[in-house]
Order: sequence, then structure tokens, then C-alpha cells
Amino acid sequence: MPDLLAARSQMGVSLAFHIVFAVIGIAMPLMMVVAERRWQVTGHAIYLDLAKRWARGTAILFAVGAVSGTVLSFELGLLWPRFMEFAGPIIGMPFSLEGFAFFTEAIFLGIYLYGWDRVSRRAHLWAGVAVAVSGAASGIFVVIANAWMNAPTGFDLVNGRAVNVDPIAAMGNAAALSQTLHMTLAAYAATGFAVAGIHAFLLLRDPANAFHRRALEIALLVGAPAAVLQPLSGDLAARHIARHQPVKLAAAEALFRTERGAPLTLGGWPDVAAGETRLALQIPYGLSLLAFHDPHAEVKGLDIVPRDEWPNVPAVHFSFQLMVALGTYLSLVSLWAGWLAWRRADLAHNRRLLWAIALATPMGFLAVEAGWMVTELGRQPWVIYGVLKTADAVTPMPGLIVPFLTFTLLYCFLGVIVCWLLYRQIIRSPEIPEWRGFYMPTDR
Amino acid sequence: MTLADIVAGIIFVALNAYALLGGADFGGGVWDLLATGPRKERQRELVADAIGPVWEANHVWLILALVLLFTCFPPAFARLGTLLHIPLSLVLIGIVLRGSAFTFWRYGGGGHGDVEQRQWGRVFAVASLVTPLLLGTTVGAIASGGLGDGGRGTGDGFYGTYVAPWLNPFTLSIGLFALVAFAFLAAVYLTLEARERDLAEDFRRRALGAGVALFCAAALALSLSHRYAPLIQERLIFAGWALPLHLLTALAAVTALAALWRRRWRAVRVAAAAQVSLILWGWALSQYPYVLPPDLTIAAASAPAVTLRLVLGALALGAAVLFPSLFYLFRVFKGSRPSSVVKPDRLLRMTDDG
Repeated sequence: MPDLLAARSQMGVSLAFHIVFAVIGIAMPLMMVVAERRWQVTGHAIYLDLAKRWARGTAILFAVGAVSGTVLSFELGLLWPRFMEFAGPIIGMPFSLEGFAFFTEAIFLGIYLYGWDRVSRRAHLWAGVAVAVSGAASGIFVVIANAWMNAPTGFDLVNGRAVNVDPIAAMGNAAALSQTLHMTLAAYAATGFAVAGIHAFLLLRDPANAFHRRALEIALLVGAPAAVLQPLSGDLAARHIARHQPVKLAAAEALFRTERGAPLTLGGWPDVAAGETRLALQIPYGLSLLAFHDPHAEVKGLDIVPRDEWPNVPAVHFSFQLMVALGTYLSLVSLWAGWLAWRRADLAHNRRLLWAIALATPMGFLAVEAGWMVTELGRQPWVIYGVLKTADAVTPMPGLIVPFLTFTLLYCFLGVIVCWLLYRQIIRSPEIPEWRGFYMPTDR
Repeated sequence: MTLADIVAGIIFVALNAYALLGGADFGGGVWDLLATGPRKERQRELVADAIGPVWEANHVWLILALVLLFTCFPPAFARLGTLLHIPLSLVLIGIVLRGSAFTFWRYGGGGHGDVEQRQWGRVFAVASLVTPLLLGTTVGAIASGGLGDGGRGTGDGFYGTYVAPWLNPFTLSIGLFALVAFAFLAAVYLTLEARERDLAEDFRRRALGAGVALFCAAALALSLSHRYAPLIQERLIFAGWALPLHLLTALAAVTALAALWRRRWRAVRVAAAAQVSLILWGWALSQYPYVLPPDLTIAAASAPAVTLRLVLGALALGAAVLFPSLFYLFRVFKGSRPSSVVKPDRLLRMTDDG
């Protein structure tokens, strides 16, 4: 395995692993705070139990997220020293701010987890709010830094060196808004549906279990609105990349030639050698319409750059299709659930909806991973789009396959353990007979 | 004093805080590993209860120092990442295993006496022992000038470039010193956390032993520095600030041991923290103005002034949020009623203690 590929693989594995925990760290605290607040308002112990179970899950997931995030911040230097040497002064700002957000998150999570009987009820709830807010803020700061890699700005390039550095302009880069919006919504949708899916599955087996009903209710409250809004932020992101990162859009859509009135390509296999996409369903004018809101707009194809500057077209196209398909499924299920809830139907007795939600359990996370593949693979061969190639940023250290395999094994091991612990901790339902009568929504 | 000097000073303050707080969490793991005698399990519980609510916050000091380093001194970060790839990767594995094993152990359910859970306690303890050793060797590599001259200071080839800078008797002695210092701090803090007298006495004995070991480790490192880190050694002996600093350090060390002897736990904590901090600042002063001696200075490695100014602004803003929050955290868990008094997750295990 060449060193560049090993370095990219190690970074990819580290990010793919960390992003799951980062996403949960953003959304899980919100659910735990909603449950605790409901406990304070209704006084029903079922919500307290829920808040504590979710808190226990959050403790495990946050710890793994914190340490895998540490690995990533070191890996920036261990694998990409030349990238950091160039980018540090320009885009280090959001990382520094993220440091403080992470600090706040860790402090208040400590208070939340260990402070149930040490601080007042009100202070405890606010500690949870602080965790939820700073968790979202950390995610946003990190994504701003990534957006800059896609839409670099805030410096002038003179003889390969950055001059006139302007970190504020770099933070306000063109991709920042659409990417942070898309990622934050994705975090709530993915986590909300993962939790809702698990409880929907358990409700299918035990429909009278009040614990799972309440859990499902709160999880959908967090996940469904985000899933409904996600296509809108996706539209914003697509229109951004159509203008600023045309090669990424061309790869995602497998559009080999620049054309006016470009069709939307669904599925298919991009044949890079032949420069065409086989077995695809094409919707005329669809891409021009979606990317520029104009059926006759010109959409740039892969032919605008030389062949050696193309990303891996099949990988980007496939990831993009997967993300869009999964996201569409989640938003449709959300609309269905929302419509039923609006008509005051009992969601927990609608077995078809429960099956649809249970099926969605892994989908949000798969969509998140696929979305990251699109944005990262779609930028290749650049690490900073149009400025620095990934191959020029990698460390000169040889033998990178060794750390790649080591960290991959470590993460596989941790992943298995975390799944096992969550299974043991969260999913096993409490057996408290008096809770069985606490139905939704009839006794409200 | 330039802007870059100020930022470098702040990074060092963050590292100092990491050593005093995060370091003691590692030290706690060492005492978990070395728990002996009739109160073995109670010692382990005390360690776990003491670090449980705070270890994640304490860990962030390292992240903060790291992001400030790559924002404000990017060439230094790039060189560290390249030449210390191997020990830093090992440190990361240690950090990952330490943190996740601790959480799996405490939050994994199944009760704390569970055999499977006990395995995680083992992993936590061993990772706590190995990580400070490796972290210390990286500090030794910097101090000895092994990362100087673009990495050619220690010869060519894979070994000369990527291994020799951090693997020699001097760097290992610094690793040992870091380990002993962290264990010393942990034992000192634990005397204060322990509510039962016999448990406090256990850690008093450990603190006294670690205090003596710390002196030996320091002597060893200093004697090896003559050959491996001559620049640092010369400054540590002949610079104008050297004598007052050594006197202050000696004063702190003697105060710590005397207060331990007389069981003045709070005084011990202050003196021990001062002692370790003074040693760290001795290192910082002796290599000033170099980030990576003998060639990369703070000025040469510094990011543009606009970045430094913005970072200082962000630091001021961040500190306004951070310090009240940290104060609150430590008041809640380390105040007059330390976290060791109440079982941390007694409430969490309300419904199912399977």
C-alpha cells in the first residue's frame, strides 16, 4: 500500500469512526434534556429514568468521541504536516474556538452525569442545556474549518506561500453556511432516527411498553423536524457546490460533459474510461433545475478540468446517490409520522409506521458517512481545493500502513465494545409494572 | 516581549494545567495499578470517584495547547508531527484506551465487582502508566534538541530521523520523571479526597515515596542532560534566573514533604502543584526563545500577527466562559464535599443494578 493511500485511509477511518460519536454528542444531550424537562414538568419517573439512561449512553459515547477527536487533532500533524503548516494560521481560529466549546461541553457533562444529587434541579437542567449547546457549537466550528478546505479564502497565494492572511474572512467562507447547516441537521436527524428506530423495534415486540413509547416520542421530536428540513439545506449545499465546486457536483452527478439543460442522473454506473454513465435513469433538465433553479442553466461537467484532477467518480456518485436516497426516506417517514401525530393518531399502535421507523435505525448514520464521502472524496486530488494537493501535504514518514492498520484494529475493537455496552445498558427495557398504564396519548 | 512570546506563554500555561490536572488523572491510574494491602478495592474506588467527573475536562487542556500550537506556531507543529510520529501515535493509543476503558469500566453496567468490568479497570490502569512515559519522552526529545535542524540533528535514515530523537537514555529519564511526577500529584490530591483516615494514610505513604522517587528521577535526568541536552543543562545552571528558580523549587519540595509529614493536606496540594509547575517553567525558560531547540525560535515559527491577535481575542472570550465553568465544576466536585463522598452513579443505577 502506498504511503499516501495509507495516510488517506487512516484519516478516513478516523473520521468515519469519530463522526458517529460527534453526531451523537450533538443530538443526544438535547434528547436527554427534553426528557429531564418533561420529568420536572410532569413529575413522572419514567422520564427521569429515560434521561438517566440516555445520560449513561451519552457518557460512554462522549468519552469515545472525545478520545477519537483527540486522535484526529493529532493526526492533522502526524499525517498532514504540510497541510497544517499552510492552513494553521488561516483556519486555526475555528479550531481554537472549538477547543473552548469542547471544554464547556466536557465540564457541564461532568456536572450533568455526576451532579444529580449535588446541584439544584434547575442547575442540573441548565448543565444539560450547556452540554447540548456547546456540543452543537463544537460541531459547527469544526465543519467551518472543513468548509474552508472546500472553499478556501482569506489569504493570497504568492509563490506557494499564504500572504495577507485574514482568519475572519476564512471563517466566513462560501461553503460555511450550507455545510454547517447540513451537518447540524444531519446530526439531529441521524441520532433521532437511530434512537427512535431502536425503540420502534422494541415497541413492535412489546406494544404496551410505556417506556419505549415515551422514548420514541422524544426521539422523533428531535429527529423528524431535522429530517424534514434537511432537503432544503441540501438544496442550498447543492447550489453552492454548483457555483464554487463544480467538479464535485459533476462527480456526484456523474456529469462528464458540460451542458445546458443537464439531466438529473439517478443510479447507474459511471464508466470513467468511456466518459458516460450506464444503466442510469435520467430526468431531463433535472440537474440544471436543481442546481441553478433554471431548466436551461449550464452545468459544468468533469471536462472542465484535466483528467488527473478528477476525483474517484464512481465512489462520489454512489455515495451521493446513497445519501440522497436515505435522506429522502427519512424525510418521507417524518412527514408521515408528523401527519399522523397532527391527526392525533396513536403512533405506537401503527405497526406499519413502526416498521418504517425501525428500518430507519442505521439510515441517518449511513447518510452522514455517505455525505462525508461526497464532500471529502469529491474534493480530491486537492486537500485545499485548487490550492494544495493531498499528495503534497502528506508526511514524508515511510511505512504508514502500520499506523493505519493499528488504528483501524483499535477502532474496530472499540466499535464492537461500544455496541455491546449500549445493548446491555440502554436497550434492555425496565420492568416496572405501574408504568405499563402510562400510555400515549390517551391518558394525557 | 512580543505577541508571539505571549501566545507561547499561554500555550505553556495550558500545558502546565494539563500536567497538574490531566497528569494527576494518569497518576490516579498508576495507583489503581499499584493498589495493595487490605484496602485495595477502596483505594481503587477512591481513584475512580475522584477522577470520574473531571477527567474529560482536564483532558481538554491538551487539546487546547495543541490547537493553539498549530494555529500560532504551525512549523513547530508540522515538525513535531513528522519527527515524533511514532511516540505520539503511541501516546494517542494510550489516551484512547485510558479514556474509553475508564468509561466502560464505570458506565458499562453489570456492577463494579463484575469480572468483565474489572478487565476494563486493568486496561485503564496500564494505559495510565504507559501514556505519561511516552509523553515524557516526547518532551525529552524537544528539550534535547533532537528535533532541531529540520530533523537531521540525530543523523539520517529511518532510525536517525524518526526514532533516535526520542529514544535515548535522557528522553527515557524524562518519561520516568513525568510518570513519577504525575503519580506524586495524584497521591497528594488523593490524601485530600479520602474521607477515611486509614485511606488518607495509605496515600500519604504513597505520596512520600513518590516525592523521594521524584527527587531521584530529577537527579537522573539532570545528570543525563550533561551528555544529551547540553544547551538546556547549561541554561539551567548558569542563567540569571536559574538559582532563584532552583531555590523556589527546593522550597516547594521541602514544604510539600514537610506538610505531608505533618498531614496538612491542603498545604501539601499547593506545594506539590507549585513544585511540579516550577520544574516545568524551568524547562520552558531554559529553552526560550526556542520552540524546538536548537534552531526553531518562537519568532521564526510564529503565524502572522493578525492570527495571533485574533487568537488572543478568542482566548480572552473563551477564558470568560471557561474559568467560571471550571470554578463551578471544581466547587461542585472538589469543594468541601469531594466527589468521593457520594458514589457518582448511585442515582444512575436506580432501576436496574443487574
